Amino acid sequence: MDATYLSPRSWGWRALIALPLLGGCSGPQSTLQPAGVDAEQIARLFWWMSGFAILIWGVVIGCAVFVTYIKPRSHDSRVARWLILGGGVVVPPLVLGVLLAFGLSLLPSLSAPAEDGLQISVSGERWWRRVRYPTPSGGTVELANEVRLPVGERVGFRLTSPDVIHSFWIPSLGGKVDMIPGRTTRLSLEPTEVGVFRGACAEFCGTSHALMNFRVVVMEPDAFDTWLEQQASPARPPQGEVARRGQEAFLANGCGACHAIRGTSADGVLGPDLTHVGSRLSLAAGTLPTDAESFERWISHPDDIKPGVNMPAFDMLPAPQIHSIATYLSQLE
Amino acid sequence: MTRRAQAEPDAQGKPTPGRRESLWPLAMGPLLWVAHFLLSYATAAVWCAKVGGENGSLGGVRLVIGIYTALILSGIAVVIWRGLRKHRFGTATVPHDFDTPADRHRFLGFATVLLGGLSFVATLYVALPVVFIESCR
Repeated sequence: MDATYLSPRSWGWRALIALPLLGGCSGPQSTLQPAGVDAEQIARLFWWMSGFAILIWGVVIGCAVFVTYIKPRSHDSRVARWLILGGGVVVPPLVLGVLLAFGLSLLPSLSAPAEDGLQISVSGERWWRRVRYPTPSGGTVELANEVRLPVGERVGFRLTSPDVIHSFWIPSLGGKVDMIPGRTTRLSLEPTEVGVFRGACAEFCGTSHALMNFRVVVMEPDAFDTWLEQQASPARPPQGEVARRGQEAFLANGCGACHAIRGTSADGVLGPDLTHVGSRLSLAAGTLPTDAESFERWISHPDDIKPGVNMPAFDMLPAPQIHSIATYLSQLE
Repeated sequence: MTRRAQAEPDAQGKPTPGRRESLWPLAMGPLLWVAHFLLSYATAAVWCAKVGGENGSLGGVRLVIGIYTALILSGIAVVIWRGLRKHRFGTATVPHDFDTPADRHRFLGFATVLLGGLSFVATLYVALPVVFIESCR
């Protein structure tokens, strides 16, 4: 063995170089910084597993060092045999059994529906998410690419997909559940902290799989109710001449065949609902901000931003018209 | 290591194993494990599809899988016991690698015990989910 591998100085350097990697342990998309009841359970399981893994590693390496450096001579074969049988045959099934039992005991609560609580339906589609909330009046309101939740309440999710298998995962709040065509899978989450988190698709679903993210906003219950009421209302009329021309161009160029803007004649259902698109924290499933400039980029060349996207490029429109549509959409708060 | 015993002079008083031995006892442990998995899976799937429904209770399926598990574990225990008897034939110790019918007999017995042990643990793991999960969800 190369002696430098065991020199403490070389280990010190390695540890120092690896230190910046710890930065990845925090942030809006980290299982190690839980902000929900379910994520806390998962994080606890992770820490227990890591602790025991380090303990087992220490014992194994300790034995190896003992027999090669500290007492490098023949050992009692009976003791060695029991050590091998115990550590190699008996202990692993026991450890795995305990881990399996602990993991399984978490499952019922992670998928328990919030019977009387809020039920949100999410459909994963290439490469965005259609989100449906029930409104207080008994109807539903369709939004896209953003999930808002009231803090301290258990919320149920019904997950599905019309095309390929996607996955619904908000690491800060809980576990990961697949969205499977032809099936409805369930998940429930109970956020404990107000904040903005990030969700991702964790099941490879095609070219723009990595660009299928969403923001998750956890709000105070009162603020959530106000937000939902506002989202259920029709779009506000365009403000100013440019936006007014933008609305006309939006309707005249057939955008309404795929997109809906409640309160106008645009009622398409293929693409995301745009009634309040300007109020969202991101455009194109977590890819761009929602300012007028980003809308312009998206309308002109969606395929450059998100390869394989179904929306055609509208760069054949005159630049002022694209600008006016972008202004109109960014105003839809 | 202790010096292992010789292969041949141990068979006195017992019938010497034949030159040809069946491999079925060796495969019996894993086969029982497979049978348990398929039975449990099919029972739960049919129940949830036809009776329980998407959110229904697993109900009697948990008890049925418990009965499967008890029966299959007893079967695997018998396989292990018979393997142990073969492994202990005569006085020779592992690794049973002499080219003689008696050592082949012991080797097959020892391998049966190991595979049986693996199947026993695996069957327990397959049964574990119904201890914690009560619904078809």
